[in-house]
Amino acid sequence: MIVWERRPAPSRALAWATPVLAVALTVLAGGVLFALLGKDPVLAIRTIFWEPLFGPFAGYLRGQIAIKAAPLILIAVGLSFGFRAGVWNIGAEGQYIVGALCGAAAGLALWPAETRWIFPLMVLAGTLGGLVWAMIPALLRVRFGTNEILVSLMLVYVASNLLAWAALGPLRNPEGLGFPGSRNLRQWASSANLELVPGTGLHWGGVAALGAVAAGWVLLARHPFGFAVRLMGQAPRAAAFAGVAPSRVVVLCMALSGGLAGAAGLFEVTGPAGQVSIDFAAGYGFTAIIVAFLGRLHPGGILLAGLLMALTYVGGEMAQQRLNLPAAAISLFQGMLLFFLLATDLLATHRPRWRRAAPSASPLPAAAPEEAR
Amino acid sequence: MTDALLTIRGLTKTYPGVVANADVSLDVRAASVHALLGENGAGKSTLVKAIYGLVRPDRGTMTLAGRPHAPSSPREARAAGIGMVFQHFSLFEALSVAENVALGMEDPPPLRDLGARIRDVSREYGLPLDPGRPVRDLSAGERQRVEIVRCLLGRPRLLIMDEPTSVLTPQEVAILFATLRQLRAEGVAILYISHKLEEIRALCEEATILRAGRVVATCDPRETPARRMAEMMVGGSLRIPARAAPAPAESPPVLEVEGLSLASPRGGGLRDVSFAVRAGEVLGIGGVAGNGQEELLLALSGERRTAPGAIRLRGEAVGALDPSARRARGLLCAPEERNGHAAAADMTLTENAFLSARVRAGLVRRGFVDWAAARRFAEGVIRAFDVRAPGPEATARQLSGGNLQKFVIGREILQKPDVLVVAQPTWGVDAAAAAAIRQALLDLAAGGAAVVVVSQDLDELMEIADRFAALNEGRLSPARPVAGLSVEEIGLMLGGAHGMEVAHSRHAGAAA
Repeated sequence: MIVWERRPAPSRALAWATPVLAVALTVLAGGVLFALLGKDPVLAIRTIFWEPLFGPFAGYLRGQIAIKAAPLILIAVGLSFGFRAGVWNIGAEGQYIVGALCGAAAGLALWPAETRWIFPLMVLAGTLGGLVWAMIPALLRVRFGTNEILVSLMLVYVASNLLAWAALGPLRNPEGLGFPGSRNLRQWASSANLELVPGTGLHWGGVAALGAVAAGWVLLARHPFGFAVRLMGQAPRAAAFAGVAPSRVVVLCMALSGGLAGAAGLFEVTGPAGQVSIDFAAGYGFTAIIVAFLGRLHPGGILLAGLLMALTYVGGEMAQQRLNLPAAAISLFQGMLLFFLLATDLLATHRPRWRRAAPSASPLPAAAPEEAR
Repeated sequence: MTDALLTIRGLTKTYPGVVANADVSLDVRAASVHALLGENGAGKSTLVKAIYGLVRPDRGTMTLAGRPHAPSSPREARAAGIGMVFQHFSLFEALSVAENVALGMEDPPPLRDLGARIRDVSREYGLPLDPGRPVRDLSAGERQRVEIVRCLLGRPRLLIMDEPTSVLTPQEVAILFATLRQLRAEGVAILYISHKLEEIRALCEEATILRAGRVVATCDPRETPARRMAEMMVGGSLRIPARAAPAPAESPPVLEVEGLSLASPRGGGLRDVSFAVRAGEVLGIGGVAGNGQEELLLALSGERRTAPGAIRLRGEAVGALDPSARRARGLLCAPEERNGHAAAADMTLTENAFLSARVRAGLVRRGFVDWAAARRFAEGVIRAFDVRAPGPEATARQLSGGNLQKFVIGREILQKPDVLVVAQPTWGVDAAAAAAIRQALLDLAAGGAAVVVVSQDLDELMEIADRFAALNEGRLSPARPVAGLSVEEIGLMLGGAHGMEVAHSRHAGAAA
């Protein structure tokens, strides 16, 4: 019988090794999955992980990876602070949508003016939009003790409906021949968020993501707020003793994650997406949760995890096209990554011990103190 | 020895990196109370766990009443006639006394029969218990009775008691001793773990002293001075804290608490608590945990806010200020629970230094954490208070209880508080560390700080406090000078024995 016993101190080396192990296990299990679907597993894995980086179309696909990684990293860095403090913002997708809507609306209100202040204004409006949307679950939790997981998640569906309404109603392109969707923001110089260096896929969202990684790193390691966040997550009573006000941390964490998600939405709607449309939301807000945990809730790890997750997106699309893999198989593949990560996490905090099955392992209360010591 | 009930020969148990027991030999006679003495980490716990089947020794033999004893589980140990009362109770709050007892039995009888048996046993041994009451309504002393009665129902030949008096008032201790003496008269052997030497001298006729996993001495505690036993435990001479001259009575109070009331979700709370402490004075607040001690600490530290005027620091109303603002004004606290409250277990000592010292030690520079300064501060605490730690980057979890406690107390003292409030400063701390901590508190008071010590350990309070007040059911008695206070008076201040009665069976006369 295997018994998992708690390590006296979590293994630092394993904490960083388990994401690698989780990726390896995902590749193995994914290979089995693809084989069961009747595809060549080696070819499928190679298509997902190798082709986008070193295949014949790598020049184009690498840029695609950067485009997909930017919002994931930006959102995940914001989420990681809340997740460390025990503030569970599951609704980044909604904040992403509302950020895009607010930013686009602020810009389109000024259309067709041409000034370089429009784009910064849109970024600000997008950030504030996501932030305000995140304040709903934050303030409800602080004032009334509601569960921010449920509230933030349900607000995603509210945001989806807002998006559909805006795309069909107030933000619809008057010159769009009645088709749903706003004016094309990419084609309006004041709002266009295009590649900064041709071929790299790096737009302002990517710059913001790198900035968020750097700022998040400093905030976490060197700022009293980062310390308060870690302390509240690890030892809430010690945090109270230290003078950390829990409601302040809740509000700040939600504001941070909501604001960054809103900014990510704005960069997307002005760049890769180009317009407010019904199918604008692509699930970045949810995938960013996986990215945050895959990256160990650390900005540096999130940078790598975001790139890896973007790689599976781009490679997964390739595999869909080339090998006719169903889209669900790719989603499953990404889901397995989170599953294996959480499963292997146990290795960092616990270690396996072989113990002969004791017939007398009794759950009697008198035996319970054994666990406690 | 032929009359030994339990014989242990050459028992050895090693854990990775630690020898918990090395070649321990021990004889416990029937109808005797045998004390097991030693500092924390001396191996007492491992030894009794081996006897009780919780730990499997690497080497050595145990014999119980002439038959080999090698239990692989507590169930086997109980079947062989061994009962154990743990220091920490394992009771389910929501269940009744009888249901809790039934959970610990192999094949419990119907609850009604069991209730009758509980009543019989508790009456016979002077431990009154209502089998139908839910455990959550019981005091700590009553909960212990449940544990003891649970053991006694199994008619043990050997009863192991781990620090049983730490949660009891003096009167409750007297009644427990009467029960134990009655059991001894009936032929039961009792293995008694405690660090309270005077208790052991009053109760036990044999003592085995462990140090670093080895038996270093055996003695008859009735004829050995407590100081001698303490020295055998620590393996050197013990420093008794030196008292400074008492504070001048005319100096104005630094900390004043007036009419402090605080509701508690768990019941209890504080009711109209008032006291004052002067500079240079140590105020001891005694009482069994759960009578408002925790709430008092939270109210003073600022983790729970009160009416502004309920707490005054040098005349300034601070009751509504948060912990950081109180620290800035010189009011510092060290809560009882080291891991998880006073310190974060998985954080380094440097980080734990920053946790409470950021304001007064100036560990934030231009809005950012000055980790180098925090590390220097942590190193200073480690050096000044002899904290045995690999270094400031060790996590709090890696430290033993006593060393972490020295770190926590030292962290607050090095911030030069005007008022320091500490709870259970030497709880679970070995004798040498406890003496060092008490001395540090006395030195702090001698340096002009006001010190409030909230403790269950009355000996400790008698040793270091200038005045003593008792906190019972949320109410604080008026403080009285310690000099000239008798144990009986203290017991009465603590609210007596919570309705206990002395065993009144045939042996009661002899026990009294």
